Amino acid sequence: MVGTVPKLQVRGLAISYGGKPALSGVNLEIRENEIFGIIGPANAGKTSFLKSINRMDDFTVGMKVEGSILFEGKDVRDWRNVYALRQRIGVVFPLPVGLPLGIYDNVALAPRLSGIRRRSQLDDIVERCLTRAALWDEVKDRLNSLGSLLSGGQQQRLTIARALSQSPEILMLDEFSIAVDPVTTMRIEDVLRELRQELTIILVTNLVQQARRLADRTAFFLDGSCVEVGDTEDLFMGKVQSSSTTDYITGRFG
Amino acid sequence: MFGPAEYNIRNERTERLWRILFLVMTILLIIPVLVILATLIVKGGPALSWEFLFDDPKDGMTKGGIFPALVGTIWLVTVALLVSVPLGVAAALYLSEYAPDNLFTRAINLAIINLAGVPSIVHALFGVGAFVIFFGFGTSILSASLTLAIMTLPVVIVATKESLQAVPYAFREACWSMGATRWQTIRRVVLPNAVSGILTGIILEVSRTTGETAPIMFTGAAFFLPFLPEGIFDQTMALSLHLFVVSTQVPNVPEHLPYGVALVLIAMVLIMNSASIALRIYLRSLKKW
Amino acid sequence: MMEGAPNGTSDKDRLTFDWYLDKVVQGLVFLGGISAIVLIVGIFVFITREGLSFAATQLDIIEFFSSPRWRPTSEYRPTYNILAMIAGTASVTGLAMVVAIPFSLGAAIYIAEFATGKTREALKVMVELLAAIPSVVWGFIGLSIMNPLIIELFDVPVGLNILNAGIILGLMAAPIMTSIAEDALKAVPDSYREAAEAMGATRLQVVLKAVLPAAKNGLLGAVLLGVGRGFGETMAVLMATGHSINMPDSIFDSVRALTATIAAELGETAVGSEHYQALFTIGIFLFVITFIINLLADLVVRGVRKG
Repeated sequence: MVGTVPKLQVRGLAISYGGKPALSGVNLEIRENEIFGIIGPANAGKTSFLKSINRMDDFTVGMKVEGSILFEGKDVRDWRNVYALRQRIGVVFPLPVGLPLGIYDNVALAPRLSGIRRRSQLDDIVERCLTRAALWDEVKDRLNSLGSLLSGGQQQRLTIARALSQSPEILMLDEFSIAVDPVTTMRIEDVLRELRQELTIILVTNLVQQARRLADRTAFFLDGSCVEVGDTEDLFMGKVQSSSTTDYITGRFG
Repeated sequence: MFGPAEYNIRNERTERLWRILFLVMTILLIIPVLVILATLIVKGGPALSWEFLFDDPKDGMTKGGIFPALVGTIWLVTVALLVSVPLGVAAALYLSEYAPDNLFTRAINLAIINLAGVPSIVHALFGVGAFVIFFGFGTSILSASLTLAIMTLPVVIVATKESLQAVPYAFREACWSMGATRWQTIRRVVLPNAVSGILTGIILEVSRTTGETAPIMFTGAAFFLPFLPEGIFDQTMALSLHLFVVSTQVPNVPEHLPYGVALVLIAMVLIMNSASIALRIYLRSLKKW
Repeated sequence: MMEGAPNGTSDKDRLTFDWYLDKVVQGLVFLGGISAIVLIVGIFVFITREGLSFAATQLDIIEFFSSPRWRPTSEYRPTYNILAMIAGTASVTGLAMVVAIPFSLGAAIYIAEFATGKTREALKVMVELLAAIPSVVWGFIGLSIMNPLIIELFDVPVGLNILNAGIILGLMAAPIMTSIAEDALKAVPDSYREAAEAMGATRLQVVLKAVLPAAKNGLLGAVLLGVGRGFGETMAVLMATGHSINMPDSIFDSVRALTATIAAELGETAVGSEHYQALFTIGIFLFVITFIINLLADLVVRGVRKG
């Protein structure tokens, strides 16, 4: 069952780049062990929202963030060690990225950086993460070949395996299926359903039906604001506050 | 009026003429150099021998070899590299990995362009004013190498920056998203994939440093020294300056001698440049992503 | 401020060794970046420091630039005026540009727009190797190959003159100008070419009507950098101009360049003497001129990217 403990609380979040607002007035709550879907047309501010959560936007010049994002009660902007924050809140971007290292080293990179040296321990992590990302069987015999030369679908699963290697508490995915074939998409969706047992997932998706298949609750973003948040079933049953939500879900625009 | 067919023929003919004209200009640019190279080889070739490379100059530099100049050039280049490579790589790392896009960064880039554009003799004046006199290093390998290092710094910076930026940004983002610090990202992913490109840049810099003459004339290179340098506070002979000296300053030099020096110098430079180009082409053929 | 927060996040938000290391590295590479500015300012400060007291007290600016008399060793009254050297530098650089501009532009057009595949690679490599030849070797070529050639061909007594140095300098500047011009041509988006081709233009018309106008700022930048290079070149002009103070009337006259004067005379002067300071004053002038040229080139090229 979906927990009700809040993992992230977003209060009055507004993001602007060089004075141009990208997102404003976002208030929502993401709960432990749920899959939280975010849908909406392009330029709705979905990616800006994700990046602000684990501060991947820290180096963006001219960006301004107002409001607060409480992660276990503490604003992410108050974290002094942003790298420690990102270890706990991982993110997977739309385009798969296999680093030009061996497959093993791709997954072992982050654990190594945080000080794990013992080979047996690394072996465990690599096997566990690759298995959970549904890639282990395909690559277990060639763990030394370059991760950057895998197929797109494999690279995306490798990316997910890498994101899991730090045992994050929250995993954010940004339109992960955009460069992936339908079969791999289905496999990754299965992976996400299983991962929900252990962590909280925020799933930004351009596929409305993907949100319906996976998400417990879903938010609808439009033109830089969060129009609607609710149980996914309710949204798709038409129990909405704004008619634009239904319009988008039923494919009338976007 | 022309008919359409006639018009096309005329067009094709002018087209071909211009095309040939551009080709001829390109070739004319290259031919003199081939002629020059050939002349150097024909006239300088007979001077070359093991004795020429490993002997001291004799009889007022009208006989003998170029050994002290070769050794001196190696000293100058090595010390210059020890300064310019760390400094240049650091500057390139800052510009490529850390610098925000602002006025200050633009000022740094402008400074680099100017560092490359300031005349070599002005670098020499700076070397005299700063290292020889102000810092009291005297005319020494240290002063000359520091001057050379500053002059060729832009070569290292530009080559390193280009190699760093050839590593896709997505690799950096992938590392950051797992909580890697910027330095961890640079060390584990960016640098390993840029290092060979940086190496080609350093070879180019060695080549540039080898050929420079004006910056070392008054800062540490001597016309003639009967002994080899023993440390960075000694003066030294240098191959490039030696070519200037034997071709303009010394009377009664047999013709083949300066040709021989020029041939050795240009061979060193061209071999290094070719190596750098070959390395670059080879690296381009290794696709890692 | 969140120390000891009850939810226990603060112990995970520790500043680790790697966090500090990252800051230290950031500081170090920042020093590397700022060193370029420090050095360029340092160059100006140190050459000004050495030349300042002469420039400030004894220099008659107008005479300095308007009189050709450079007589540093005159026992009666030494004079330090640089008009003849400016004329020398300008005439050699001017001729060099006459040589280099058409050839480098033609070569850049051929390499960027006509040559393909292996030919193009080979030509680019050749141009790159050309740029690598050290200036002292070019000077030697002027001295020992061009000099007798000019005497023979034009029946003049001395072959070390504007013609010699101008050709040498043109050959030196051309490869650099070629590669910058080629970059400028390559930077023109293919959509320009396609648009022109769609209207039935031939390859040549595409180049002349669509590509060249679009690349004109970059090409101007290439020329400016070539001029800067000519102005600052030292060894080659020292060896190939004939090095005599002279207001030139023809390209067969020997002249002397600003840079070459410093190179030839600095070794003979006592540190701090008038003559020494006068040479540093020439250095200041050269620094300022090349700084302006490089700044202009940068602005011109940047203008392209914005527009």
